[in-house]
Amino acid sequence: MEVKFEPKIVAFVCNWCTYTGADLAGTSRLKQQPNARLIRVPCTGRIDPVFIIKAFENGADGVLVSGCHPGDCHYNAGNFHARRRWIFFKSLLDFVGIDSSRLFFSWVSASEGKKWVDVINNVIDTVREKGPFNAYKKFNRENYKSDAELVSASKEDSKINSE
Amino acid sequence: MNLAETAKDILKNHKAEFIIGYSKGRDGRTKPFIAKDEKGAEKLVFDHFSVNNLAVYLTRMEKPKGGKIGIVAKGCDVRAVNALIQENQIKRDEVFIIGVNCSGVVNDIDGEWNKENTQIKCKYCQLRTPNIYDILVGELEDFELPEDGQQLLMTKIENMNAEERFEFWQNEFDKCIKCYACRQVCPLCYCEQCIVEKSMPQWIETSASARGNFAWNLIRAFHLAGRCIGCHECERACPMDLPITLLTRKMGMLAGKEFGYRHGMDPSQETLIGSYNIKDNEDFIR
Repeated sequence: MEVKFEPKIVAFVCNWCTYTGADLAGTSRLKQQPNARLIRVPCTGRIDPVFIIKAFENGADGVLVSGCHPGDCHYNAGNFHARRRWIFFKSLLDFVGIDSSRLFFSWVSASEGKKWVDVINNVIDTVREKGPFNAYKKFNRENYKSDAELVSASKEDSKINSE
Repeated sequence: MNLAETAKDILKNHKAEFIIGYSKGRDGRTKPFIAKDEKGAEKLVFDHFSVNNLAVYLTRMEKPKGGKIGIVAKGCDVRAVNALIQENQIKRDEVFIIGVNCSGVVNDIDGEWNKENTQIKCKYCQLRTPNIYDILVGELEDFELPEDGQQLLMTKIENMNAEERFEFWQNEFDKCIKCYACRQVCPLCYCEQCIVEKSMPQWIETSASARGNFAWNLIRAFHLAGRCIGCHECERACPMDLPITLLTRKMGMLAGKEFGYRHGMDPSQETLIGSYNIKDNEDFIR
């Protein structure tokens, strides 16, 4: 049986806007695809880019980062600082080959349940079309050489050296 | 006055307690050297082989009680000193900067100084005369430099598609042995505990495997985004010859293009990543 690819999306959302917005989408019974795992953080300023790399390391096919609209931040300036960092981080990841079809940014406020549904469905569809992020998944532990393999490899080496 | 005489004068008049500079080692190589007295000051030299960025010592050594640290600095090193001042790591009145006019440094220290044997950074250098110094020594040589090959490589990478770019960097990062020489030699990597040394939780895998290498090199480049002053010491120190300055230079170019900002040019300026503007570009955010 052929298994259809379903993307795994990790969404970093801020507690005060996007998380609440996604909650609103749920309580309003708006339909959305179930591929996203939401991770709630206090503010978009809390999102260290290392989180995003970690998400890809752990098998995400796409990452969405979402927070309050500029000027709406609960901590006044968290999203302004975050935005400036993203400008750099987006460009850096783009330069190493993780482009805008894997990494997404959005502003979704607490009252924009509908916008959240549109954004997340769009993200999921884009990544589904792009396919699994096999290039990064190849890095995973299953593909490492096992200890036994390493031992036999080093034995081979010492054999060559003794000859 | 030449460098040695200037240094002697500075130490004699206690304008600085000691001077971080370069001297010829016994094997004839130019090496970092700390002159503590007038006898030491006589040994100070500056030539095309003075490759090291001495600003790295400023945050790693004990500061003298009272008095200043003297430092011999070429254009790119002065930018590092300025950057450290901007980031509140040292104060301007704690250092005595002996600026030197620099006409480029060698890439391979075992080779001869010539047009081909030039570091990449010198090929697009805009700061042959330091912009900030307490005293300036040396003369500028007239010198025509070869083409900036790194720029060509960068354009080539930018023109690849995402999969090809990923493969290119994967092949490069595969060589990384995680020796952290790039971090140790960087004047702006002064964190007392580096993120790569944090183990609870461990953000970056420490083994020299594809996953850890990718995360480390990306995070290192990101931590220097808008901060790298382009001394290219990381690439010089790298035993595996990774083209890591491509990443930091790319970030520096973005800072220039997007914000018109160059780190380490003006010590009184606010840092780029530590500040924000409500009018920042947000085309990429939906």
